[in-house]
Amino acid sequence: MPQLFRPASNTIAKGSIAVVVLLLGGTLAVGYITDRGSWMTFVQVAPEQPIPFSHKHHVKDDGIDCRYCHTSVETSHYAGLPPTETCMTCHSQIWANATLTQPIRDSWATGRSIDWTRVHDLPDFVYFDHSIHVNKGIGCSTCHGHVDEMPLTYRVNTLYMNWCVNCHREPYKYIRPRSEVFNIDYEYPANQEVLGRRLMAEYKVKDARTLTDCFTCHR
Amino acid sequence: MHNQPRYKPYAASNFFEDGRSERPTIEDTVARGQLHLDEARYTGKLNGKDVDYFPIQITRADLARGQERFNIYCSPCHGRLGDGRGMVVLRGLRQPPSYYDERLVTAPIGHFFDVMTNGFGAMFSYASRVPVDDRWRIAAYIRALQLSQNGPAGIANTSETTTSPSQAQRPPVREKMGQRMGGGLK
Repeated sequence: MPQLFRPASNTIAKGSIAVVVLLLGGTLAVGYITDRGSWMTFVQVAPEQPIPFSHKHHVKDDGIDCRYCHTSVETSHYAGLPPTETCMTCHSQIWANATLTQPIRDSWATGRSIDWTRVHDLPDFVYFDHSIHVNKGIGCSTCHGHVDEMPLTYRVNTLYMNWCVNCHREPYKYIRPRSEVFNIDYEYPANQEVLGRRLMAEYKVKDARTLTDCFTCHR
Repeated sequence: MHNQPRYKPYAASNFFEDGRSERPTIEDTVARGQLHLDEARYTGKLNGKDVDYFPIQITRADLARGQERFNIYCSPCHGRLGDGRGMVVLRGLRQPPSYYDERLVTAPIGHFFDVMTNGFGAMFSYASRVPVDDRWRIAAYIRALQLSQNGPAGIANTSETTTSPSQAQRPPVREKMGQRMGGGLK
């Protein structure tokens, strides 16, 4: 009776196992990259805007505070987008004839709003409030990154639930003194864990059990 | 689920003619809590003349708040020192007068409130950006700035100078602004 399996069969068997493993792994990797990549999350993707507004220029070069334009960030769930009046405060005189700033003047003349594209768009089933975060020591840059280095605005975080929950489980890793909330260059000290826990007590931040309760964000 | 049939702040709407979902206040109506009967406090004027007193109590905390708000909303043009040489002025905006001009040192406090509320010359109104009482606190801080330059000898209480709101925190911030200005002017 001839041999059923030739010597090459060994290699083929081993090889096919490798192929199956690679295929499975590859499928998972493709899935992961698709889900977590900027194609889905829009991280690092600056949407097209009616005016190529540069935070880098206004924040870093001009030294304008976040709250000059985002006036309601300390008191409201919404940080506030500046009305055309705020733009015109300076741009009625500076770059007053530039083509780039023409949409501002059109809006000012006609009373039509400038049609900006939202960069951070949370799903509608999420309850989010800027003021509570700002008043409990979560800095702008913790979520929005180095906005002062963005010629065009993009998001630096996925806004996925696991990203939110990361911080809600261990807020002491991210909390900073209230006086540093708007300091975009803030760096966490070496004893952040000790400081964070102290600030949590001082600012009466609720415990992780409450912060990770479903109704904290879904109400 | 992700996009439910409701409006987020500033969302566009094709229902209203102006394309906005946010609606302006209806004429001749007063929203709850928006009835402003205290003329001095809400206009800075009494019988058409600028008031020369603070209609709200100004404490040390209010002064500190005034400094913070001044640095956010006023310093881009007026400069942190109030000399009218802020970053935006260095970029070409018309230079505002220094707070240390005789005219402004002697101006009644209501004048500053009025300018913030209604604008003045090239300056736009800040009424939509700075709430009423914060405007009074900023006015108080402007007075503190003026006193820091023109105050009579001995006005500074030496035991408190280290924590006075006009001095606390300023050096590092000023230094940083200086660096930024230096970088911006190259």
